[in-house]
Amino acid sequence: MSDTSSSLPQQRQHSTIRAGIAKRHARERRFRAYGIAAICAALTAVAILFGMILYKGVPAFWQANVELEIFFDPEIIKVPERPQPQPGQSPAELEKQQLAWERQVTMVNWNRVIKAAIRKAAPDVEIDTKQALSIIETNGRYELRDMFVNDPGLLGQTVTVNLLASANADNWLKGNIDRNLPDAQQQLSAPARALADRLLEEGTIRFAFAWHLFTNVDSRSAPASAGLAGAFMGSLYMMLVVIVLAVPLGVGSAIYLEEFAPKNRFTDFIEVNINNLAAVPSIVFGLLGAAVFINFFHLPLSAPIVGGLVLTLMTLPTIIIATRSALRAVPPSLRQAALGLGASKTQTVFHHVLPVTYPGVLTATIIGVAQALGETAPLLLIGMNAFVAAVPGTPFEQSTALPVQIFLWQGNENRNFFEARTSAAIIVLLALMLALNAIAIYLRTRLERRK
Amino acid sequence: MMNALREDLTQMNMVVRQLAVDTDLYTLPSTTIRTPDLEPQPVKIKARNVNVFYGEKQAIHDVSIDIPEKAVTAFIGPSGCGKSTFLRCFNRMNDTIEGSRVDGLIELDGRSIIDRSLDVVELRARVGMVFQKPNPFPKSIYENIAYGPRIHGLVRSKADLDEIVERSLRKAGLFDEVKDRLHDTATGLSGGQQQRLCIARAIAVSPEVILMDEPCSALDPIATARVEELIDELRENYTIIIVTHSMQQAARVSQRTAMFHLGNLVEEGPTEKIFTSPEVKRTQDYITGRFG
Ligand SMILES: Nc1ncnc2c1ncn2[C@@H]1O[C@H](COP(=O)(O)OP(=O)(O)OP(=O)(O)O)[C@@H](O)[C@H]1O
Ligand SMILES: [Mg+2]
Repeated sequence: MSDTSSSLPQQRQHSTIRAGIAKRHARERRFRAYGIAAICAALTAVAILFGMILYKGVPAFWQANVELEIFFDPEIIKVPERPQPQPGQSPAELEKQQLAWERQVTMVNWNRVIKAAIRKAAPDVEIDTKQALSIIETNGRYELRDMFVNDPGLLGQTVTVNLLASANADNWLKGNIDRNLPDAQQQLSAPARALADRLLEEGTIRFAFAWHLFTNVDSRSAPASAGLAGAFMGSLYMMLVVIVLAVPLGVGSAIYLEEFAPKNRFTDFIEVNINNLAAVPSIVFGLLGAAVFINFFHLPLSAPIVGGLVLTLMTLPTIIIATRSALRAVPPSLRQAALGLGASKTQTVFHHVLPVTYPGVLTATIIGVAQALGETAPLLLIGMNAFVAAVPGTPFEQSTALPVQIFLWQGNENRNFFEARTSAAIIVLLALMLALNAIAIYLRTRLERRK
Repeated sequence: MMNALREDLTQMNMVVRQLAVDTDLYTLPSTTIRTPDLEPQPVKIKARNVNVFYGEKQAIHDVSIDIPEKAVTAFIGPSGCGKSTFLRCFNRMNDTIEGSRVDGLIELDGRSIIDRSLDVVELRARVGMVFQKPNPFPKSIYENIAYGPRIHGLVRSKADLDEIVERSLRKAGLFDEVKDRLHDTATGLSGGQQQRLCIARAIAVSPEVILMDEPCSALDPIATARVEELIDELRENYTIIIVTHSMQQAARVSQRTAMFHLGNLVEEGPTEKIFTSPEVKRTQDYITGRFG
């Protein structure tokens, strides 16, 4: 083949390629631009979402507190001495007496004690009792009672106590309410508003971090003191149930299906149905849970155990599918190495194949659990939207859950106050999810480094 | 007349062959194999009329062969002729392949390994395997070697295990290179080192037979030379079967060679004879590079 004979067609070929190159590069650039645009759009959406939630929710973490000089006035608190153990008295009897005493303490008109303290804080303000009390949250009197029950020696003494301002006062002071609205549309009366403003100015009312958001349970009568502790524990119990049940079950069935099950119609059938299960709307699982766990097995309504079981059913397919694909991705050479040495099938799987899949299984588990944590619909169907004002001590006690709490607060009639509360609860839920993901990433990198 | 005679002859032939199989099985002591320049070797593995199927497809047709003890036997042949498939019969690795089926007779020291009475775990402890691609476990070098002895319960103490690990690595000619990093991950070794590690891992359970499926195909010439040297040393104590695509390698390391084509055993004999004066033309053609 001589040079001259090949050069012409070759040159033509080169120019064709050159012409194409520009087009190819253009296509590549365009594709990259699409990608960047898509990511930017997604990021903007996420930024707006988070921005809105933070903007609305963060103020709810700070709440107005009223610092009052409380005088435990013997004139008002007219109760006998706290019963002391007598010789020859049975413990049951003592307890009965003490309960009776506590009941008497509860009957004390603590509001009068509070009112006296408010009068002392602003002696020159003309205001009637009801209006003065309207700036303090209604749980104030129980706080004083608890203080006294714990230490009856307070009688006759003056103590500085921080009481929560009422939801209405908090709203007013935060400027969530239009100050120009006429009296008829205001929640607080004019004197009460003036009092709140003045106490804030004098430093008697201060904004402090609302720790009770994490330590208190939900409350209807005293919305300002409502917290997430009950819902948080409920969610925690459900997560525990999900982890304890779904992980071993899911990983176990995935291992069996992938490594041991004979490949026949029956296993195909199971496989198809597991994939179907992953696509079933979550509310259907709620119906199933109500029918099976509550109606048939008579497990308690609104209990985290039932919620956990329902969420386990929901999470199982996710974990099974992810574990199976992780197992499938293990190179056959690893299995051959172990089998060739005389390891049994089980030894091969548990000593060599499974450890390689830990990162994948872990990620799947955390994603599954995070999904379960955020799930609301099925929980409504098993009664977890009931109002529960207690921290559940066991998974069998009534409880609510974080996402359900968000749902309940979102529907609360005190819109002004609970809008921020809802966002605050969302922040807590998101923080929990982020923490879960962080744990997943941490464990994953550690497992991967160990390899 | 001639046809009838031929038919009779074939039938007789078959009867004789069957008889040979049957009697060999139960009565005759293991025969010896004569290879020039070598002591007569007893038969370690005997295969008779082995057929292997993958589903409907037959990959090995009626292969019979004797593998001598403490010698290197090379399997050669063009790609896809069934060398790996046949090799895998000796430690029943074909069991792990969906839809595969082996029939015929294979004996290790006179004991059938095809029937299910022999536990596959025991078989694989006696017949080790080294694969084409180095496949160390993603664990430490030490753990790689220690795994086999541990699962087979060959060690009583940590000291025993340490000793086995060192001995195996020394035999594989790897100890000096890795003695300072026994607890580093094995995947950090070079390809050649990994392959020698795999050989050490196979040796660690003290097998009688080592199967090697193209053990040098992923290695450079220097690493290949080291592995070949190693194979030559191992021959003293182990029966080795090696599949290779390199005629030179087969000639260098093996005492006997078996040539496969399209699932059939074409010819088998002393390596020197196969390479210098093969009886079958196809062998000649393959060795001289005319097909394959
Ligand atoms: N797992 C399997 N399933 C189905 N067919 C297989 C399988 N493994 C091998 N075969 C077929 O069996 C025949 C022999 O394959 P084998 O791998 O034994 O060849 P080989 O001689 O080792 O080839 P190479 O030298 O390329 O490794 C081939 O036709 C191949 O397609
Ligand atoms: Mg092969």
